[in-house]
Amino acid sequence: MTTIAARGSVPQPESRRDELQDKGFSYVLAFTAFFVLIALAGAALSMLWGGRHVLAQEGLSFFFSAEWNPVENRYGALVPIFGTLVTAVIAMIIAVPVSFGIALYLTEVAPSWLRTPVGSAIELLAGIPSIIYGMWGLFVLVPVMTEYGTPWLNDHLGTLPVIGPMFQGPPIGIGMLTAGFVLAIMVIPFVSSVMRDVFLTVPSRLKESAYALGATKWEVVWDIVLPYTKSAVVGGIFLGLGRALGETMAVAYVVGNTVRFSVSLLEPGTTIAALIANDFAEATDTYRSALLLLGFVLFIVTFFVLAIARLMLMQLARREGLK
Amino acid sequence: MTDLNFAMSAPVVGTSGRAVEAGAKPKMSARKLNFYYDRFHALKDVDLDIAEKRVTALIGPSGCGKSTLLRIFNRIYAIYPKQEAEGEVLLDGENVLDPKYALNRLRGKVGMVFQKPVPFPMSIYENIAYAIRHYEKLKKPEMDARVEEALRQGALWDEVKDKLKQSALGLSGGQQQRLCIARAVALKPEVLLLDEPTSALDPIATGKIEQLIAELAEQFTIAIVTHNMQQAARCSDFTAFMYLGELIEFGETEKLFTQPAKQQTEDYITGRFG
Amino acid sequence: MSTTRTAEASTRVAERLYRKRRIVNRVAIILSCAAAIFGLFFLAWILWTTISKGIGSISLALFTENTPPPMQAGGLANAFFGSAVMCALAIVIGTPLGIAAGTWLAEYAGARKIGTVIRFVNDILLSAPSIVLGLFVYTLVVAQMGGGFSALAGAIALAFIVLPVVVRTTDEMLRLVPAQMREAALSLGVPQWKVIVQVLYRGASAGIVTGIILALARISGETAPLLFTSFGNQYWSTDLTQPMASVPVVMNQFTASPYETWQSLAWAGALVLTFFVLVLSMIARAILLRNKTSND
Repeated sequence: MTTIAARGSVPQPESRRDELQDKGFSYVLAFTAFFVLIALAGAALSMLWGGRHVLAQEGLSFFFSAEWNPVENRYGALVPIFGTLVTAVIAMIIAVPVSFGIALYLTEVAPSWLRTPVGSAIELLAGIPSIIYGMWGLFVLVPVMTEYGTPWLNDHLGTLPVIGPMFQGPPIGIGMLTAGFVLAIMVIPFVSSVMRDVFLTVPSRLKESAYALGATKWEVVWDIVLPYTKSAVVGGIFLGLGRALGETMAVAYVVGNTVRFSVSLLEPGTTIAALIANDFAEATDTYRSALLLLGFVLFIVTFFVLAIARLMLMQLARREGLK
Repeated sequence: MTDLNFAMSAPVVGTSGRAVEAGAKPKMSARKLNFYYDRFHALKDVDLDIAEKRVTALIGPSGCGKSTLLRIFNRIYAIYPKQEAEGEVLLDGENVLDPKYALNRLRGKVGMVFQKPVPFPMSIYENIAYAIRHYEKLKKPEMDARVEEALRQGALWDEVKDKLKQSALGLSGGQQQRLCIARAVALKPEVLLLDEPTSALDPIATGKIEQLIAELAEQFTIAIVTHNMQQAARCSDFTAFMYLGELIEFGETEKLFTQPAKQQTEDYITGRFG
Repeated sequence: MSTTRTAEASTRVAERLYRKRRIVNRVAIILSCAAAIFGLFFLAWILWTTISKGIGSISLALFTENTPPPMQAGGLANAFFGSAVMCALAIVIGTPLGIAAGTWLAEYAGARKIGTVIRFVNDILLSAPSIVLGLFVYTLVVAQMGGGFSALAGAIALAFIVLPVVVRTTDEMLRLVPAQMREAALSLGVPQWKVIVQVLYRGASAGIVTGIILALARISGETAPLLFTSFGNQYWSTDLTQPMASVPVVMNQFTASPYETWQSLAWAGALVLTFFVLVLSMIARAILLRNKTSND
């Protein structure tokens, strides 16, 4: 089979010039597209490279040791990793049900004239710079937690078996619970708008036929909408989790910045991002290297969380595309 | 194959005395043309002549390859990967599928109008001037004259002469399609390919376009793909019936619609399938 | 007799079931309303805090005077200037790269695997933690220049946030342009690159501009990537190779301080920033809306 090429060598000078320009143009564009790949790989590798000193000193125990002592030049990442995970989990425990409720409200419950304004307001919440969440947390939420939150938790949840120790602590207002709560407020708009958009992809004929059978709104959402959008809903949750894990400024003021392991959520702790933000500018040598390696750990963790999120979201998009 | 050759054997247009009397000669010819979408064999050994300054209609059920055939004539298919053509398409005796045949020369000679009207997102004037500028360096008054000429040929001038600077997106569907025709003829092509040009339009706009086609046939060689048999009957001189990637029958429009030589043609034009 | 009884029994069962289903439904609806109120409540609270704590320090001096030493009056002029410079520079660096890469994805990548991979990676870059980008640019630029913080490094860090946003919107907007538009332009014999630049970009321009505006809204409040790239500067500086103040970094420094004058300046910055971001996102919405209606 003779293939007729799209563009061959052409005698006409005009055409030849076009062709060269076309080629050049596509090469430049291709280069920039690959630059995106290079940027991501570069970000990861540069931090790993920066962390080589501490790896040489601590070896793999860096990832498993709970000792973080810049004065004695000993570095173990377990406490900041733990703090990062705990605050993110707290945030998701609060944010997921609330976001689901908001998405449900915006797609099924609210009267139609309210859907756009409320939806836009929630989206505006997503646009507020994260440092303002942090400032609000420090100046508004921390006093509230000190005054009411912590004493109440000490008296009620703190006395329970098993989970009691998590809710016993001094009334200082800062700590992982407060940080998790600020993070929750911050990711709710993201997660709820993803969920809303995803719910809107459910074909109305599916919902209508369920309503025609006499199903209630809740039954339609639980039995029709959720199963149909399951993977994308999980994707949205992971997207929010990725944000919660990597967020810096919303956490830095309220988490306490103490690299010390504690069972209590009311004790100050730290997260990877907050630790880097607070200490990096002053850190030197091995300490700086340790923070870079921590950045690498954060990057890898969020990379996988976000990758899962994207894959989940793509599943629904693919099904949409097939129709 | 032999049946097909029978239909095509004698000088295609020469089978009918009238066509010869009218002085029709082939302007564009497909010779043993095959086409593949990846592995799908979309055109099978098609031989077809498009008569000069006549309207040739390509009809057939959807998926028969009529649009594909048209899209080979100015190599627009080549912008997609995995689409391949083999065989020859001759324009004045030169094979335009030869990579050496310059693409912008081909597309300057063979213009195309598509199913949906696609005005560029610019002013009406710019829509016409845009392509001309790529081929010729004209001064402002010359360009104005060319734009007017093209819009007149597109039977659009009277409707838009006062709003040339306005966005072409504000025109109605029928006007947009005439603008697209004007844009194609502005390059002074020799052949005009129309791919279901009225399928997105209402009957009145369709009528205007058909009238326009008749006028344009005095200057241009026209090939039109249509799924509307009345349209083919109304505005073409020759008709080719295609089915499953093969050319089934070709001849004068009047003859093909009144005395089809093939059973399949008859079935199609009498509405028994398709 | 017995059939009517079973019929009655089954209606009773149905009614009981129905009542239970309705209660579940009612509870779900109430909870969902509560969730919406919860979200709006915190939005209102945060906005109210920002306004009430920031409004007092909004004055002309805020925009004309530089950041003061502790306990003294002053403004944020140098920080506003620095933010404007670095954001503008980030847009100037990130936008062309982003448009070019997005164009490649939409127009040239086709069904190739590598296109899917780049799209995927770009989406991850879109939500990658910004502090990580700060560390990246620190090792890439600051450490290479002997550890000197600079406005240029800050702008590059912000550009890495702009890049994926612009790549994504360009890619999406170009793919929305109907294929026939490309064919119509190419069938006139115009070369592909001219078709893209002169025809397709016009069709996609509203969307791409919206993407750039949203990227600007996002970077104007970014703090983490600037902490160890542009650092901060107490004074008015126009030198791109030197540390430069920026609104979020100043807010960060002042919030963490014990001085009330600094804290109220931080809130004033927060108010201006929030206002700016909200205005930008409204402009973006307006452009998209106008474009949608004019295309119909």
